[in-house]
Amino acid sequence: MYEFDYQRPSSLSEAASMLSGEATLMAGGQTLIPTLKQRLAMPSAVIDIGGIAELSGISAGGGSVSIGATTRHAAVADSADVKGAIPALAKLAEGIGDPQVRNMGTIGGSIANNDPAADYPAAVVGLGATVHTNKREIAADNFFTGMFETALAEDEIVTKVVFPVPEKAGYMKFPNPASRYAMVGVFVAQTGGGVRVAVTGAGPSVFRVAEMESALGGNFWASAIEGISVSADGLNADIHGSAAYRAHLVGVMARRAVAEAGG
Amino acid sequence: MPTVSMKVNGQDASADVEPRTLLVQYLREHLNLTGTHVGCDTSQCGACVVHVDGRSVKSCTMLAMQAAGSEVTTIEGLAQNGELHPMQEAFKENHGLQCGFCTPGMIMSAIDLVNRHPNPDEQTVREELEGNICRCTGYHNIVKAVLDASGKMGG
Repeated sequence: MYEFDYQRPSSLSEAASMLSGEATLMAGGQTLIPTLKQRLAMPSAVIDIGGIAELSGISAGGGSVSIGATTRHAAVADSADVKGAIPALAKLAEGIGDPQVRNMGTIGGSIANNDPAADYPAAVVGLGATVHTNKREIAADNFFTGMFETALAEDEIVTKVVFPVPEKAGYMKFPNPASRYAMVGVFVAQTGGGVRVAVTGAGPSVFRVAEMESALGGNFWASAIEGISVSADGLNADIHGSAAYRAHLVGVMARRAVAEAGG
Repeated sequence: MPTVSMKVNGQDASADVEPRTLLVQYLREHLNLTGTHVGCDTSQCGACVVHVDGRSVKSCTMLAMQAAGSEVTTIEGLAQNGELHPMQEAFKENHGLQCGFCTPGMIMSAIDLVNRHPNPDEQTVREELEGNICRCTGYHNIVKAVLDASGKMGG
């Protein structure tokens, strides 16, 4: 690691005031620390927001579940509120990394990083969540803008993610056997505003599959999307799998996610 | 250099460290607690697992500064009054190790898993140990040891 200064603000406003120049935010550090160790980043300062109480915690009510930015994956997986309202979201959190990573990693860190193979972006887009920051609210469909890119400004801090409770939802992923990152993960939800199908791992950033959404809107059964294939154009290809393989997995995982949701 | 203080195995510990110091470096190089191992150094293998405020974490992927003010338990902190922890005893009795390199992390993860799942079945043990890699044993006796210890850790 290159040298950096370390700061541990105790409030959101204090954190925001520190965020200038080449400073970077850290919540759990499960992505940032490995990145620093490989010298792929050279921040002047690491601002550790993991200790800010107002950024952590889960609350449910009024048809939504609100999860603070620094809430750890293990807390989401174990939350009675999340399990009761959106079991698919608890299951997603339980499948991230391994138990030790889940004890440190946070939802805000995951979505702000927007790794193409991260799990949370699928739930945020699949459920049509709203990302709250210290400056504004951003709809899920406008939040993830590209590989490791989001709509967040340099000096903006995610404070919480608010998920509307769906009628039904399911998440299935084909994990890379070593890293547990999603080769392909599909989040399917039947919501008041229609069916949403969000895919992570397959492309540079999470994306929706309109054809599956409209087919499932008429008939929320796995068989309704049996014949729908996704083009391999522009999908990720690496040593773990070709673009064509990932395109095929999108269909398989989508059908399993619908079945998981009870359709 | 900033001073970082925490409680390690029940004792107050303090050292001046560079902010980039990892928790595992702090434990091994500043406190000479070398029971916690560095295996892959990339958050995969789990040889470096310790407990921070009761939760198992990979100490190669946490800054010492992040643990400031916390209570840390390492493999050295498990035995009490010369008696091995039931999990340590079970690894010994069930031959849950060969070379022993992964064992400290394996035991720390195993204790956390039994704390959260008091009577785990074999499937749960295997799933919960997915963050710990052993290259000797094929896991069979490790799983046996964890199941054995889970019956003895209650109360």
